[in-house]
Amino acid sequence: MNNWTRRELLTAFLGAPFALAACRENNARRFPDGEIVGQSVEVGHILRENRVFEVSPENWKDVKVAIIGGGIAGLSAAWKLRKENLNDFVLLELEKDTGGTSRSGEGQPVGYPWGAHYLPVPFQENTELISLLDEMSLTNGRASDGSVVIKEEYLCRDPEERVFYKGRWYDGLYLHVGESDEDKRQFAEFQKQVDYWVNWRDAKGRRAFVVPSASCSDDAEATALDKISFADWLRQNGFTSERLIWYCDYACRDDYGLKLGQTSAWAGLFYFCSRVRKSGEESQPFITFPEGNGRFVKHLSENVSNNILRSHMVVSIVPNEMGVDVVCLANGELRGFHSDKVIYASPMFTAPYVIRGFRDKPPFSAAEFQHNAWFVANLHLKDRPKPRFAKDFPLAWDNVLYESPSLGYVNATHQKGIDYGPAVWTYYYPMCHEENGRTKLFNFEWRELADVCLTDLARAHPDIYDLTTRIDIMRWGHAMISPRPGFIWDNERQKAMQPYRNIYFANTDLSGIALFEEAFYHGLRSAGEVLDRCQT
Amino acid sequence: MKRTPLLFLNVIIIATCGLIYELLAGTLSSYVLGDSITQFSLIIGIYLFAMGVGSYLSKYVEKNVAEKFIDIELAVAVIGGFSAPLLFLTFAYVSYFGIVLYTMVFVIGTLVGLEIPLLMRILKDELDFKELVSRVLALDYVGALVASLLFPIFLVPKLGLNRTSLLFGMLNAGVGLWATWLLEPLIKNRTLTVLRVKGFVVVVLLGIALIKADSLTTLAEDGLFMDNIVYAKSSPYQRIVVTKGKTGHALFLNGNLQFNSFDEYRYHEALVHPAFAAFAGEPKRILVLGGGDGLALREILKYKSVESIQLVDLDPMMTGLSKAFPALGELNHHSFDDPRVRVTNGDAFVWLDTNETEPFDIAIVDFPDPNNFALGKLYSTRFYNLLKNKLKPESSVVIQCTSPLIARRSYWSIIKTLEASGFTVKPYQTTVPSFGVWGYALAKMQPFDQPTKPPTGIELKFLNDNSFASMFEFSSDMTVPDGEIEVNRLDNQALVRYYETEWRRFEQ
Repeated sequence: MNNWTRRELLTAFLGAPFALAACRENNARRFPDGEIVGQSVEVGHILRENRVFEVSPENWKDVKVAIIGGGIAGLSAAWKLRKENLNDFVLLELEKDTGGTSRSGEGQPVGYPWGAHYLPVPFQENTELISLLDEMSLTNGRASDGSVVIKEEYLCRDPEERVFYKGRWYDGLYLHVGESDEDKRQFAEFQKQVDYWVNWRDAKGRRAFVVPSASCSDDAEATALDKISFADWLRQNGFTSERLIWYCDYACRDDYGLKLGQTSAWAGLFYFCSRVRKSGEESQPFITFPEGNGRFVKHLSENVSNNILRSHMVVSIVPNEMGVDVVCLANGELRGFHSDKVIYASPMFTAPYVIRGFRDKPPFSAAEFQHNAWFVANLHLKDRPKPRFAKDFPLAWDNVLYESPSLGYVNATHQKGIDYGPAVWTYYYPMCHEENGRTKLFNFEWRELADVCLTDLARAHPDIYDLTTRIDIMRWGHAMISPRPGFIWDNERQKAMQPYRNIYFANTDLSGIALFEEAFYHGLRSAGEVLDRCQT
Repeated sequence: MKRTPLLFLNVIIIATCGLIYELLAGTLSSYVLGDSITQFSLIIGIYLFAMGVGSYLSKYVEKNVAEKFIDIELAVAVIGGFSAPLLFLTFAYVSYFGIVLYTMVFVIGTLVGLEIPLLMRILKDELDFKELVSRVLALDYVGALVASLLFPIFLVPKLGLNRTSLLFGMLNAGVGLWATWLLEPLIKNRTLTVLRVKGFVVVVLLGIALIKADSLTTLAEDGLFMDNIVYAKSSPYQRIVVTKGKTGHALFLNGNLQFNSFDEYRYHEALVHPAFAAFAGEPKRILVLGGGDGLALREILKYKSVESIQLVDLDPMMTGLSKAFPALGELNHHSFDDPRVRVTNGDAFVWLDTNETEPFDIAIVDFPDPNNFALGKLYSTRFYNLLKNKLKPESSVVIQCTSPLIARRSYWSIIKTLEASGFTVKPYQTTVPSFGVWGYALAKMQPFDQPTKPPTGIELKFLNDNSFASMFEFSSDMTVPDGEIEVNRLDNQALVRYYETEWRRFEQ
């Protein structure tokens, strides 16, 4: 526990000038109820104790495949196995709900996300992902050019984004108001650079940036971008416009939880280029639901509901001559699975802790897979804040505060067309502004993080204290893989994609970027490899 | 001391104030309750009778006449001065408005009735009886003339009811305060100070109220509307204002005119009857989306075959007002009291998305213009697809689509959106003087012939065979404009952007 004053707390999270101003105000405000939710924290401790796990003989079972981890990668692997009629598998999930960082909450008037909350419409080449969308009845056939048509109600409703700057809300994410000619020139120049990479093809005709990233070109011109940070790349290309820098920094924080200087330039450009089909075209629209990607989790989980074992903490994975033995702890009891193959869909950094023999002769360096920490707050509002100006841009789906280190909030009722009355807002804060963000995050209690969130939002919505009836908080210690410079095109990723003694790794970490599509890709890839081996 | 002429000036002011309060009560009650003959007749009757009661009661005032006179002046100032704002608030917040109104009129009348006899008794020592009666009564009637001339020509148009009321309250209190000097010899010294403090407090209170009158209906708002505001209240969804002017009542939502009673029949006949004309057979189940003023209901209820009407309107305050506000109830023929009408308050988009109902024969879609995103979604392909789920293959629909003259691109964008949603559309327009040229869309889910005349056997003020047929003609300045026109989808909200651009040209 720490004994910070409120001012120290707010300074750490929101910056000194703002903290001073906030502390000068009256503190005796009504404070809503709420709690810290989710995430089993004790798991790390148990694993680090290096206990020996003895499973009694009647608690052993035989399965063909054991999937470790019920996030999108694990669920996608299960979806693929089921599709190919391999039903003899278990999916072991540590938490009491599947979904990983795509988990969601149920509530009134709508559900709400705890993490990932949208999926850009896939390019037509991403046929397997599109077949999932077809299966979920999200599509309405194909357009004449072969691209998938998504039903209107699932495409993010306009207005998509707005940004709060010096007391007012403006349309869009890039701040146009008060732009100088130089700002305009640089923004246009930046668009040109993006267009260059959108149109770029290597000798084999591959794009530099495309989803899934496995299809990206490995040509040196493109991969050289991974050697420098996005901040350096902007500097080298003469970009100095403050609002352009902010825009790029926001993109990095939003997609990777990293600051501009911490992000690989390759990853930075991936964000801007991978979802634009042709130069001059709009970026692919977003598929979204009130509960965010929780909708996918629900569909994928229902698909294999009999194979899923929740609240099963995998404590030991022992590869041997026969296959792989998996031991897990459920309700205080040890259970074991003799499996032929394991699909390891948990974050990669956990591998050395549970896979026996990993440390003695590491197949890859798990420490290279670094994650950042976030906290996410869900605010239950009894009504929407009143606009402060008649002409203020109205509540959008994504609402961003220009002057805040947070990412702002997403309004869950937006997609359902519910524009009046109670709402749920999801507030995202990546801990990228300090060293040891994760350790710091877990030192804070609910009240302190809720205070940060409400103080931050109160700059745009002074009435937030009166409107919020409840604020729950999830602390994500390992939210997303960090695409630091040099990581994506480094060898460790490639090494980790090779099976290790019948253990097949499948996690979005393997792409170096945390995206639904990447997790889905690795889930299907690993399942495909397992199926190949099982059949031969 | 030459106080007598000054006291006569008092008589004029008192008389003017008294009549102003009476006129205020009469005007206000005919604004909000309608039926001005009854209202004025009742108010004048009660007021005159109360004055008589006051005159009678004056005999019970025996001592300290001057003191009592000033007290009464101040009481009239307070009650009369606050009468209009208080009555407006009462109307907006309580149901027994009539009781408050008539009690207030009676109390003011009684107090005013006390004033003249007391003043005459004060003056009786200075003039002989013949002179006294002739002067006081003559001046009393002069005051009445001043009031009745000022009221309609200057006060109501320039100040509005609230400010007139408060201003005359101040004048009345001023007279009271002034009288403490004029009648100084007749009042005990100690009482004098008390009276002056009281008078001062009353003047200040009314003064503050006059400044704060903005919070009731803002000065800006009063300036915005050409006519008098007779009802103004903010619901959680919108600002509702009803005005009353020479041409009748008008309803404004967020400052946008919804109808004016003198020509709304043109708008509503054109909105409702083409849908019925295009429906083959006897329409039984009708859906009305929006239309919280009940005026479309009035037109629909003219059809004997109609068995049920489901109305979905966002704002319970709006539908409540249309039912309970007498002038509106009269205008919509008390359609909300008809047992065939069922009202649901909610966002029509959410209602269509989440409610299971039997399909409807006819749907009338009458939303405010798409000037924000929350309204824009009610004109989207998604919305029209949701609507289709609630219709039969042979159902007909009419949608109000803003002005094809002023917002040409917006109008045709709505038509295109309906077509993109799978409707066959017959665009039509008509002229409603208080709006200008107004556009609608008649749509069905299957191809159909444009109807040529209104349904027979329905009493209509505007539509006949000629005017009906001419609605489907578009002059060259209203036909589909050149250039691409986007379909309005939830994920582009193209219409809101067209609408903003087109109407902004007409803003100051």
